[in-house]
Amino acid sequence: MTAIIERVPSAIGTEAQPVLKAEVRGLSFHYGAVRALTNIDMVLHEKQVTALIGPSGCGKSTFLRCFNRMHDLYPGNHYEGEIVFHPDGLNLLGKGVDPIEVRMRISMVFQKPNPFPKSIFENVAYGLRVRGERNRRNVEEKVEQALRGAALWDEVKDRLHQLAFNLSGGQQQRMCIARALATDPEILLFDEPTSALDPIATASIEELIHELKQKVTILIVTHNMQQAARVSDFTAYMYLGELIEFGNTDTLFIKPKMKQTEDYITGRFG
Amino acid sequence: MVTNEHLSKQFDADLEGLRSHVLQMGGLVESQILGAIEGFATGDRELLDRIISNEPRVNGYEVTIDSDCSHTIVKRQPAASDLRMIMAISKTVTDLERIGDEAEKIARMSRQIHEHNRFNVQRFGEIRHVGNTAVLMLRQALDAFARLDAELAEQVVREDEVIDGEFSAIVRQLVTFMMEDPRTISTALDIVWIAKAIERIGDHAQNMAENVIYIVKGTDVRHTRFEDLEREAKS
Repeated sequence: MTAIIERVPSAIGTEAQPVLKAEVRGLSFHYGAVRALTNIDMVLHEKQVTALIGPSGCGKSTFLRCFNRMHDLYPGNHYEGEIVFHPDGLNLLGKGVDPIEVRMRISMVFQKPNPFPKSIFENVAYGLRVRGERNRRNVEEKVEQALRGAALWDEVKDRLHQLAFNLSGGQQQRMCIARALATDPEILLFDEPTSALDPIATASIEELIHELKQKVTILIVTHNMQQAARVSDFTAYMYLGELIEFGNTDTLFIKPKMKQTEDYITGRFG
Repeated sequence: MVTNEHLSKQFDADLEGLRSHVLQMGGLVESQILGAIEGFATGDRELLDRIISNEPRVNGYEVTIDSDCSHTIVKRQPAASDLRMIMAISKTVTDLERIGDEAEKIARMSRQIHEHNRFNVQRFGEIRHVGNTAVLMLRQALDAFARLDAELAEQVVREDEVIDGEFSAIVRQLVTFMMEDPRTISTALDIVWIAKAIERIGDHAQNMAENVIYIVKGTDVRHTRFEDLEREAKS
């Protein structure tokens, strides 16, 4: 209550800005000859949730995938500009940077839960094994920690060695989040993580995102604008491969600066 | 301000319905004040009774419009200017309902004054004048809402100072009368209540105008200095 009373108009906007986790500078991306992103400048604030919204085909998933170099898996794609990762100051798109190393530090959770045909335990331990972790106790500890972090431990602790496909959709998605968390990433990328889930499973994932941001920076693509408004601190609106507006989520959804943003979030887009 | 249509025609229809109900309610409230002031001046008993019995209709509008606002929020999850419009409508109907209460109060007071034959004709002109200013403010606030005109809304806020000034002048005069002749105290107090009701109508019209600035500019100008409000309205 005190906080509300103290929020007199003159005090709004003077809160300290959070530390930056990444800076995107002049990023363009081409799928072969087709340009999908054009000259994007944006920042990710550390331990904050940033949402990417926009109509289908606007480039938000493409943009998200630049962060962990997913596009490198296909020939002919190329990047321009840079994504500077803090505190190292490393350009994630730099030629000498190993994409595998990038993906250890920047994990991703996809639209549909994609468990490997392995046990729950082995799914979560997968990244650790890839990284060369051989110590059994360390692996067990990390797996438990990750499952607890994904709010799934209590539900699966007695059946860790069952096949992951036996879990419900919402549980599978939380397991995928645990798998992404196991390598202690600094940024978590979510590509429409709840579009295949029911409202209850969706609520639990959203709750989880809220808890996860205590430890990790989150970038989420969502088609659901109410979800963006609920879970994110910052929102970016993209259209035709360009960043139209980026700002504080509360401001963007109540008083957007750009007419294009206004049209999209009020459902006048067409 | 966005003027083009939503993808959902039904959403457009819902919002348009809300807006037109507010304007209808505004029209009813305006006629209530006009009637109450007229009744105060003429002592027309039938008119005053009608104003009093109409008051529940104003309340009915408030409840219906608020309920429609809730339904629209739950169905459409409005954002940006749509959200601001619905929030402002919900607040505006509260102000309109209170103006309706003030009109009823004026009507009841007037009936009482005329029943006791204590009417002091000398005060008639001032009350009618300040009452008309309040009605004008309300009309302009409703116009500003209908046309989403922030500059007109800013003018309404400015006019509230005029009413406040006139109210103080009426009170000062009545105090003089009361000191000169204590037998006028009872009537003078009734007239102070009526003047106060009119002054409150001005305040509510001011709130409505501030809501219009919020819809159009997205800035909450309540409790800010007039210069800031003016700058925002003209931005």
